[in-house]
Amino acid sequence: MKERLEQIKAEAIRQINESEALDKLNDVRVSFLGKKGELTAVLKGMKDVAPEDRPKVGQLVNEARAEIERVLDEAKSNMEKKLREARMKAEVIDVTLPAQKNRVGHRHPNTIALEEVERIFIGMGYEVVEGPEVEKDYYNFEALNIPADHPAKDEQDTFYINSDILLRTQTSGVQVHEMERGKLPIRMIAPGRVFRADEVDATHSPSFHQIEGLVIDKNITFADLKGTLAEFAKELFGEETKVKFRPHHFPFTEPSAEMDVSCFKCGGSGCRFCKGEGWIEILGCGMVHPKVLKMCNIDPEEYTGFAFGVGLERIALLKYEIDDMRLLYENDIRFLKQF
Amino acid sequence: MNTPLSWIKAYVPELSCEDKEYCDAMTLSGTKVEGFERLDKNLEKIVVGHIEKIERHPDADKLIICQVNVGSETVQIVTGAQNLKEGDFVPTVLDGGRVAGGHDGGPLPENGIKIKAGKLRGVESAGMMCAIEELGSTREMYPEAPEDGVYVFQKPVTPGEDAIEALGLHDTVVEYEVTSNRVDCYSILGIAREAAATFRKPFVPPVVEVKGNDEDVNQLISVEIKDSDLCTRFCARVCKNIKIAPSPEWMQRRLAACGIRPINNLVDITNYVMMEYGQPMHAYDLNNVAGNKIIVRRAKNGDVFQTLDGQVRKLDSEMLMICDAEKEIGLAGIMGGENSKITDEVQTVLFEAATFNGANIRKSSKRVGLRTDASGIFEKGLDPRNAEAAINRACQLIEELGCGEVVGGIVDVKEPFAALKQIRFEPERINKFLGTEISTEEMLEIFGRLELAYDETTNMITAPSFRQDIECFADIAEEVARFYGYDKIPTTLPTGEATTGKLPFKLRVEEKARDIAEYCGFSQGMCYSFESPKVFDKLLIPSDSPLRQTVTIANPLGEDFSIMRTISLNGILTSLASNYNRRNKNVRLYELGNIYIPKSIPVTDYPDERMQFTLGMYGEGDFFTMKGVVEEFLESVGMTKKITYDPNAGKTFLHPGRQALILYKETVIGYLGEVHPEVTDNYDIDTKVYVAVLDMPEILPYASFDRKYEGIAKYPAVSRDISMVVPKNILVGDLEKVIEQRGGKILEEYQLFDIYEGSQIKFGFKSVAYSITFRAKDRTLEESDVSGAMKKILNGLEGLGIELRA
Repeated sequence: MKERLEQIKAEAIRQINESEALDKLNDVRVSFLGKKGELTAVLKGMKDVAPEDRPKVGQLVNEARAEIERVLDEAKSNMEKKLREARMKAEVIDVTLPAQKNRVGHRHPNTIALEEVERIFIGMGYEVVEGPEVEKDYYNFEALNIPADHPAKDEQDTFYINSDILLRTQTSGVQVHEMERGKLPIRMIAPGRVFRADEVDATHSPSFHQIEGLVIDKNITFADLKGTLAEFAKELFGEETKVKFRPHHFPFTEPSAEMDVSCFKCGGSGCRFCKGEGWIEILGCGMVHPKVLKMCNIDPEEYTGFAFGVGLERIALLKYEIDDMRLLYENDIRFLKQF
Repeated sequence: MNTPLSWIKAYVPELSCEDKEYCDAMTLSGTKVEGFERLDKNLEKIVVGHIEKIERHPDADKLIICQVNVGSETVQIVTGAQNLKEGDFVPTVLDGGRVAGGHDGGPLPENGIKIKAGKLRGVESAGMMCAIEELGSTREMYPEAPEDGVYVFQKPVTPGEDAIEALGLHDTVVEYEVTSNRVDCYSILGIAREAAATFRKPFVPPVVEVKGNDEDVNQLISVEIKDSDLCTRFCARVCKNIKIAPSPEWMQRRLAACGIRPINNLVDITNYVMMEYGQPMHAYDLNNVAGNKIIVRRAKNGDVFQTLDGQVRKLDSEMLMICDAEKEIGLAGIMGGENSKITDEVQTVLFEAATFNGANIRKSSKRVGLRTDASGIFEKGLDPRNAEAAINRACQLIEELGCGEVVGGIVDVKEPFAALKQIRFEPERINKFLGTEISTEEMLEIFGRLELAYDETTNMITAPSFRQDIECFADIAEEVARFYGYDKIPTTLPTGEATTGKLPFKLRVEEKARDIAEYCGFSQGMCYSFESPKVFDKLLIPSDSPLRQTVTIANPLGEDFSIMRTISLNGILTSLASNYNRRNKNVRLYELGNIYIPKSIPVTDYPDERMQFTLGMYGEGDFFTMKGVVEEFLESVGMTKKITYDPNAGKTFLHPGRQALILYKETVIGYLGEVHPEVTDNYDIDTKVYVAVLDMPEILPYASFDRKYEGIAKYPAVSRDISMVVPKNILVGDLEKVIEQRGGKILEEYQLFDIYEGSQIKFGFKSVAYSITFRAKDRTLEESDVSGAMKKILNGLEGLGIELRA
């Protein structure tokens, strides 16, 4: 009996080793371990074995079975591994073939710059507000201490709808709307479209964007204005950015200033980009004029504040080194794709 | 404003600094310098040469050989200039020197032109004799220079001396940007005063003294101001025995450096005083002043007047005129009249220095279409106190220059001067306002430099009359700040109540619109808000459409930019067209911008500014691609209920069979469609274009960023497929309405999975197949639940005249 089992085992292992495919292995499994297989036949012949020998024979059969299964599994796993390797070999791809992109669209550079400015000021506790683009003369001029016949009115080349209604030339009017709401303190920025009667060329557009800023509270100082805008410049143009404030004049702020930032190309040593100056003019600002506060029913003895106005296109052109403003309104996809 | 630094230094004699240092300091104290230019830039080794001998060039007809005494030696120079003769003194650049440019007066090269000794047609030439253009200047500025040839000195000079010095070119012209509030700084004296304060040097203005003769001008002429609201002061003086001649060189040089062409002594004096004092002046030939009388009054409507440039101007009753006893002789503050202009034969001159209402001059100048140097200054509103000093300065120059005889006395008609502004001195408040700790003494010292008078007993600061900009506390604080130094003011951040930074809901929705559009392949464009009224025709908009009621610009840049858009499509179509024209493939653009709907015509109030989310594309994709973008966006802003489409959109600019209104909860929130082929033709786009426009104000009430988790279904779903033959005119939207209405609570979703028209289906019909899914939240569905719901749906569909297929 023992010899017979050894024979079966040896035959099975021989057949396993000869098998070249998974289905052959399966055949081997069936012919030896299956219901009609040889080992099963041995078990079936158990009735002829003396009862006292049966446990021993049973054990021998089970050992042979286990051995055959072990060899079978091993062969199967080797074979599968080989097959997988062969398959993967056949599946080699040229990873340098072009990518299949979802082809997402692109934001306008103005918007990218605007979102960055908004992010900075929202982080400093400013609310973003909007105002009307078609505006009343009062909000665009008079309430900003630019009375009728003021020469500053001419400087801005206003588009008029009629004597009372115009296209706003500056976002500064939003200051007035915001102050009139009567909720203090105020920390706001107001981005938006403004209009001036300039013919289109590389540096002018009759329609462009500004971002107005306004802070009104008790104890706001010129030093706070400087600090806030210096912080803004660092956030926008990099930690190394230096700022310079020069006296200037705006009818609705006093004192007024223009802020230059150190050229972010050359760091201030002077280059073609900053026309050798080392500085780039970036925004106008100042302490809100007491007359403006009074017109908005805010007591200038109790409250002070500062305001600033940034040209969005100016920032976008500088930051992305765009050399012609017209590109911003042509919407050529080859331009937009670069942002 | 351009001024030579030498003129400033004349009144701040102790001022001595490098050009750059001067410009930087002036900018930082508030007189912004736009730039500066050295007049002697690239002028090296140029001396006065004396031509001792001229010979013909042996081999060239057009060249001459000059022996030129340059002081230390005599050198031989060959030139082609035709205007030279022996004995002339000329600017001569020596070997190794440099000139600014070529003799043709073209643009000056950055580094000038180096001059080396060499041979001209075989003859040694050791340098070059210079034309005025080669010295970087022009005949405008040096009228005595020949049109084509070497500059010849008209004044006594010595061979070998610095020719640039002799020409007055060792100077720097500084260009200032004077702000509109500082009318006093539109003058040499104003800038000099600021320079003196900036550098803490004494300001030494000219001492004005007029001798005058024994006569009294008041016996000679009279002045009457009839419209004193427009003319607050009129000073007049008279000069006799005028001798017209060129003005002296120093005056010519100063004017030239300011960009004013020297003409003759009389004209130059008025210009000189205008530059120096910021007070425009005018000179009349007294012979032409009828009745020796000046009357200042408004013109009459419809009058015409010939200004001294020869133009005939139409007048109206708001224009102020200078008249004599009979006629108008000057357009006040703008330009004198042809009928009283100074000629070389003038004998007696009447000088005017007046102060006019700035706003009136500005408006008149605009209406008459004539803006002059004088009107540009007058319109800023001048200090009437300055007029007298200016006219006396002019008369002083007449005497000093030997230009004529000044008649004694002055005719001075004026309104009482406004009181000088007084402001309380509040040093603590100034410091609190600026965030500084500047001592009271330092503030007072700054006021002293600026001629702001402080009275200790009243604690009041009095602003000088020329500082019309100083009115209140903040103005005083600014004076302190700019002379203390903006750079020295500390930098701090605002303290006080904390505020929450935020983006309002509307802008968050717009941000989401940008995100989704971009995920879907659309890039952001920006379009103008104003466009041409022709756009309506291009878009086939009916002539009676309310869209043609626009907010119209009264003074547009041109018709093409004259109306505020009432529909956003033109911008995106124009942008698509320019991309198409440039052969860009598969272009998808979106725009977020307002349209402007007037509430009434004519416009009397704010129009309704409606933010439009406009999408447009050509190339890959079709109507349903665009529809997908719309739905992606609406879902992303929480509009998850059924979006419906009404094909009867009535948009003339869209394909009649491929357009739809977009509805949410029965509100029209926008439209989409294929652009009408006639419209794409109008834009020269030769392919299909799809657009969608979402009206954001209609979307905002439904949009929300609130989200609530609803649980993932625990119980299994059951699906049923139905296939039907439907009359072609029935929209799948109608079928879906039935499924939705009749599916009951257990209806989870339904999906169109097949739609077919063609040979297998009878004519006029289409085959449509849906997969409908049911699920209950709380139990496994029974067969009877599903079949019940299905039965209801099928009954409903049959009611539409639909045949079910097996």
